[in-house]
Amino acid sequence: MTAVSSALHYLTGQLRQIGLFIALIVIIIFFQITTNGITLAPINVSNLIVQNSYILILAVGMVMVIIAGHIDLSVGSVVAFVGAMSGVMITQWHMPWWLAIVACLVLGAVVGMWQGFWIAYFGIPSFIVTLAGMLTFRGLTQIALQNQQISPFPDEFRALGSGFLPDLGGGTSLLEPLTVILGVLATAGMILSDMKQRASRKKHGLEDEPLPWFVLKMVFTAGLILLITFLLASYRGTPIVLIVMGVLMVGYSAVMANSVWGRHIYAIGGNMHAAELSGVNTKRVSFTLFINMGVLSALAGLVFTAQLNLANPKAGDGFELDAIAAVFIGGAAVTGGIGTVVGAIIGGLIIGILNNGMSIMGVGTEYQQLIKGLVLLAAVAFDVFNKRRAKAATK
Amino acid sequence: MRAITKTFPGVKALQEVSLEVERGQVHAICGENGAGKSTLMKVLSGVYAAGSYDGEIHFEDKLCEFKDIKSSEAAGIVIIHQELALSPFLSIAENIFLGNELSTRGFVDWNKTNLEASKLLARVGLNDHPTTRVADLGVGKQQLVEIAKALSKQVKLLILDEPTAALNDGDSANLLKLIKHLQGQGITAIMISHKLNEIKAVADKVTIIRDGRTIETLDMHADEITEERIIKGMVGRELNNRYPEHTPRLGAELLRVEDWSVYHPVDQTRQVVKNVSFNVHAGEIVGIAGLMGAGRTELAMSVFGHAYGTRISGRVYKEGVEIQTNTVSAAIKHGIAYATEDRKHYGLNLLDNIMRNVSGAALSKLSRWGWVDSNKERLVADGYRKSMNIKAPNVASITGKLSGGNQQKVVLSKWMFANPDVLILDEPTRGIDVGAKYEIYTIINELADEGKGIVVISSELPELLGICDRIYTLAEGQITANVPREEATAEHLMQFMTQAKDQDAR
Repeated sequence: MTAVSSALHYLTGQLRQIGLFIALIVIIIFFQITTNGITLAPINVSNLIVQNSYILILAVGMVMVIIAGHIDLSVGSVVAFVGAMSGVMITQWHMPWWLAIVACLVLGAVVGMWQGFWIAYFGIPSFIVTLAGMLTFRGLTQIALQNQQISPFPDEFRALGSGFLPDLGGGTSLLEPLTVILGVLATAGMILSDMKQRASRKKHGLEDEPLPWFVLKMVFTAGLILLITFLLASYRGTPIVLIVMGVLMVGYSAVMANSVWGRHIYAIGGNMHAAELSGVNTKRVSFTLFINMGVLSALAGLVFTAQLNLANPKAGDGFELDAIAAVFIGGAAVTGGIGTVVGAIIGGLIIGILNNGMSIMGVGTEYQQLIKGLVLLAAVAFDVFNKRRAKAATK
Repeated sequence: MRAITKTFPGVKALQEVSLEVERGQVHAICGENGAGKSTLMKVLSGVYAAGSYDGEIHFEDKLCEFKDIKSSEAAGIVIIHQELALSPFLSIAENIFLGNELSTRGFVDWNKTNLEASKLLARVGLNDHPTTRVADLGVGKQQLVEIAKALSKQVKLLILDEPTAALNDGDSANLLKLIKHLQGQGITAIMISHKLNEIKAVADKVTIIRDGRTIETLDMHADEITEERIIKGMVGRELNNRYPEHTPRLGAELLRVEDWSVYHPVDQTRQVVKNVSFNVHAGEIVGIAGLMGAGRTELAMSVFGHAYGTRISGRVYKEGVEIQTNTVSAAIKHGIAYATEDRKHYGLNLLDNIMRNVSGAALSKLSRWGWVDSNKERLVADGYRKSMNIKAPNVASITGKLSGGNQQKVVLSKWMFANPDVLILDEPTRGIDVGAKYEIYTIINELADEGKGIVVISSELPELLGICDRIYTLAEGQITANVPREEATAEHLMQFMTQAKDQDAR
């Protein structure tokens, strides 16, 4: 194979990833033009991140559940339930805000244990258990709130949803300094870790990624991070929730790629029987996976409640569908075994930007739903088409 | 059927096979596993459409070109597969007329359906009411429902693929009687079977198939046909130099299994493994020979962490000490490994790459505090890729895209990396070409030389004779013989494999 054809071969293998990035860019450019530049205005970018944060947090947990071959339909109701309980804890039980946050995360873990028990140890399909959860936790939300709304919340608690890191420039500088520092650090860290990984693969002769492609990818990603940094720094700085999301994305990507637990999740989704016969405790993996999902749902519930400054019995309605759509747009397989955390986040961003852009354009909600539905279908159809083509090629 | 040749990618499954079945006879077909019997029957019944094979099929003096099962059924040929194709939650009558509903203007006429069904049930000697759910019937009765279904299609030629493989003795005898009875009503039958006593009991003629060719057709009435005569036809293959030389260096006893009994996970009255005892020494390669359905895989998987079956009883000793192997991870911890016969369903994560499959059973060796050292992992996997000669550009290649032989090497690598003391290999060379087989035999020998105990399960007798130091034969869940290599011949083993020990021997 010549260098060119081997590079092409490599790129066709990465078609899904490339397609996802290109789709994201095309959508951004499209809305940038149709909204006369509002899409990439600093204030809108900041809003985009803040307003989609809870869906992205849910998508991180959901992609892991889906990789393992399960599904979780209850996350929207769990978001509402945890939000409601945070309100009850703070305003009725007068708990300090930080204790309420900890207690809510523990509550999420308990919810996960409850659902995980029935799924992993009792053997009821996750679809049924979490469908039941969707109803029971919605009911518990209404009971906890007695069908009333709770508001307001203390400022410290609200910062989790809509706060920003302190402005080091005192609000007078053109670019907020702390954001610039963080952005540059993140870019440098990304470049260094990628180069280190490439070097180690190269050392063992295991590298097949063409160098120009590697450089292109790195320049692109670095450019993207710096662009976001610039935009955020010229508005109010770094949203606190962005830090939370950044930690989740990097942390869970590493967990899925390099932890024993993450490997076991891919293994049971890829081939349950083979995993069992390799000594993987499949029940425990499923159980812990739902605990994890419960904690992330609780976190999303806290962020959402903090953002709205309101605990509402109707909160989180339909969030599970947005999270699931994000995961599948991000390239996860319906049958399990395939998917990435980064893919799910990009999938979530695509949905978020579609929502945001169409709202700015003044497209009615009925058309927004229609378009989102078609995008989801197109993304999965592209996957299936790709897979069929790959199969035909190996024959 | 004349000169049927059927090729699959890379394999010639059937080569110029001819078969002639006379009206009103029961014709048996026998041969080793993988000889091509089932493929031949699938050609005859239209599962493989006309045009996908070479040769001609004549039925009642007419050339037939079946496009699918429907067209062969229209001609009166019905095949009953080994795995029954009934819908468990529908009633007997609904199953019989499934796809063929008795209806008027699109609505099912239930009275007529149940009436016709009960007439058919009477013909096959089944007393249950036609509205009984199939799931509530035993396997033996389900088999009768299948036959009733065939009768409803005006069957002239009935093909039965190992009809008694899943049945107990009483049900088997019943079924054979029914076949004879149907013969009296003018229905011709082709029966694939491993059980020579059954063939002797019902067949008028027997055709032997070996390696995708017809070897001979024997008339069961004309000459004095003994079981030995049939066995000779089934195994009579030249053994040439397809196995690497190996001199065993035996050590102490590594693993001993005593009085091992296992029941079928669904049909809990059926005992699949019956009081089996066996052992393996360090450095020894022990074979377990048995035909399909003898309980080989069931035995191995139940010993390996109770991965199969219910009501398991018996004892396992490792180096003389009794151990518990209730879970797969416990079995692995005690140094037992099992490489499955069914790589695709039980062995590999085909969606993932070589590296992660190789490390899958022993991630603890590569990790600290739950984090995998991926550089080390890559090195380990790449080491196996080179030493095992796995043909793939690198360890990031997806295992689903590898050939069978290379997939098998990945499975072996996985268990070699887990470094067990006892390695149970279930059909290690199934679906693998000759060259790769030789490589795998060499690896097995090397593992034995390292002092591991190897148990090889195989239905290919030449393979067992070529590599094993000692061979157990398994028939209907029981060990029927324990033969050292020097005394083993294919005929000898086949005799033990086809003979069932008396049930009340103990």
